[in-house]
Amino acid sequence: MIYFLIFISAIFVNNIVLSQFLGICPFLGVSKKIDTALGMGAAVTFVLTLATIVTYLLQKLLVVLGVEFLQTILFILVIAALVQSIEIVLKKVSPSLYQALGVFLPLITTNCCLLGVAILVANGTYKMPGGAPAEGLLNGTLFAFATALGFSLALVLFAGIREQLSMNKIPKAMQGTPIALLTAGILAMAFMGFSGVV
Amino acid sequence: MNNALKTLTNGILKENPTFGLVLGMCPTLATTSSAVNGMSMGLATMFVLICSNIVISLLKNVIPDKVRIPAFIVVIATFVSILQLLMQAYVPAIYATLGLFIPLIVVNCIVLGRAEAFACKNSVGLSAIDGLGMGLGFTLSLTLIGAVRELLGTGCIFGAHLFDGQYGALIFVLAPGAFICLGYIMALVQKLMKK
Amino acid sequence: MAKLESTFKNMVLSLTAITLVAAAGLAAVYMVTKAQIDAQKEAAQNAAKIEVLNGQEGTAIECSADGFGGPIRLMVGFAANGDILGYKVLEHQETPGLGSHIAEWFQEGGKGNIIGMNPGKNNMTVSKDGGEVDAITAATISSRAFLKAIHNAYGQFCEQNGNAVATDSVACYTGASMPKDSAECVMHHCCSEGKEVNHE
Repeated sequence: MIYFLIFISAIFVNNIVLSQFLGICPFLGVSKKIDTALGMGAAVTFVLTLATIVTYLLQKLLVVLGVEFLQTILFILVIAALVQSIEIVLKKVSPSLYQALGVFLPLITTNCCLLGVAILVANGTYKMPGGAPAEGLLNGTLFAFATALGFSLALVLFAGIREQLSMNKIPKAMQGTPIALLTAGILAMAFMGFSGVV
Repeated sequence: MNNALKTLTNGILKENPTFGLVLGMCPTLATTSSAVNGMSMGLATMFVLICSNIVISLLKNVIPDKVRIPAFIVVIATFVSILQLLMQAYVPAIYATLGLFIPLIVVNCIVLGRAEAFACKNSVGLSAIDGLGMGLGFTLSLTLIGAVRELLGTGCIFGAHLFDGQYGALIFVLAPGAFICLGYIMALVQKLMKK
Repeated sequence: MAKLESTFKNMVLSLTAITLVAAAGLAAVYMVTKAQIDAQKEAAQNAAKIEVLNGQEGTAIECSADGFGGPIRLMVGFAANGDILGYKVLEHQETPGLGSHIAEWFQEGGKGNIIGMNPGKNNMTVSKDGGEVDAITAATISSRAFLKAIHNAYGQFCEQNGNAVATDSVACYTGASMPKDSAECVMHHCCSEGKEVNHE
């Protein structure tokens, strides 16, 4: 039950983009078409889950060595290296998957979703439903996976709206980022309706 | 001298990180629930920008081209970690409020962007000024957005009541208000810039 | 000085050098700031302790309960007889402008003042549930959670003071005064975790 609630909480109630403000850049940048949004969502889901597992284990090592202050610097390096190696492996192992996700991978390193979720999970400061303790590899991994699904959902919904929006006449000053932000605001309001569910 | 002045104002006006370059949107939206929070975030980012610009400019000749991005990231992450330690030691309350968004300065596109676009091509002095200008531009934008949201949401600016205590359209302090406020301010800036 | 070429040797050398210098610098800053960071943490703890005890003899207890947006963590000061001397919200994620009022609403002079009440004697639930405390307008869930945290702290207080207040202790566990929607397991979890902060 708790595992189910983690998903509800991370996807709807505390959506990473619309209520936590992480990963806004890709949210605004690659959300003009549903196809690209899906691709980006899939790439983020894959990398985020993997990166969280790796950084969680790394944090354990840092604590043992007593050098927690190296967290930020090591996490970002590990994430960058991970993204690079995923790109290389994917190219060799599954060219078709590389075709689909490849273009998004370089963009992911500076997606603050990744570092943000990695730090939240490593420090045990992410939101668990029902006041359960935010610890353990399983909880952390599920949280990361669910968060990434939430990111993908927000991205795809937003892309759908923007596809429709592009066919409408928009006042000159509002074109581009402003109208995208307003749309996101209304979407965030819709997601606010979930608050308090778990 | 003229050149230095141009570099400084460039970051504040023409290439304002928030309104001109549209970079660093995550902290811009997340930490502007009040003017003070926005300003603290801006100043924290400015510190990292200036330091990393100086060091990267100093090191530009000893970093081979192919590994420049990882090298930049190491430099930036180091200054962010130093900032984290300093903030915990001297301003723990602000550190607690801004929370996760302090370590996330590492992935703020402005910092890496300036390293790549400016610091690795220009002199140390000019890079420092560029960091200062960009940092000021970012700080001013965040303070402005924070002030607008605080005023609309709670009727205060910098904690000082402008309207009577009961006033407040709460939505502006919450997540949707961040998007909507920034959207309108940006539209206003676009309109003014065109003229 | 000419720019270094991108040979393998140069790349490894420069990256290693930069990383080493960075790590050394960081370690130095860490050494310098560590004492100050610890002092700040302790100062914050002490300040909270003094605040919740309101300058009187008593026990300060840290406890939490699950609110609307996440856990609400409180420090509560109790007099020897269980009267509440003061409280401080250490951490919460309630809605700003609504549930966030827990910080001042229940203080002395606030509309839902609980200072001076005793969870063992007073019916400390919101008036909607038949209790004596006025809930925050439009934030009943946050108010209930806040009171639950107070009860949790009181349970901890009873446990610490042993048999002397055993009857109260029973009251605060089986409590007719507990809000109905509170999950028992959460409370136990909290009580077993709530740690003694100060016992004068």
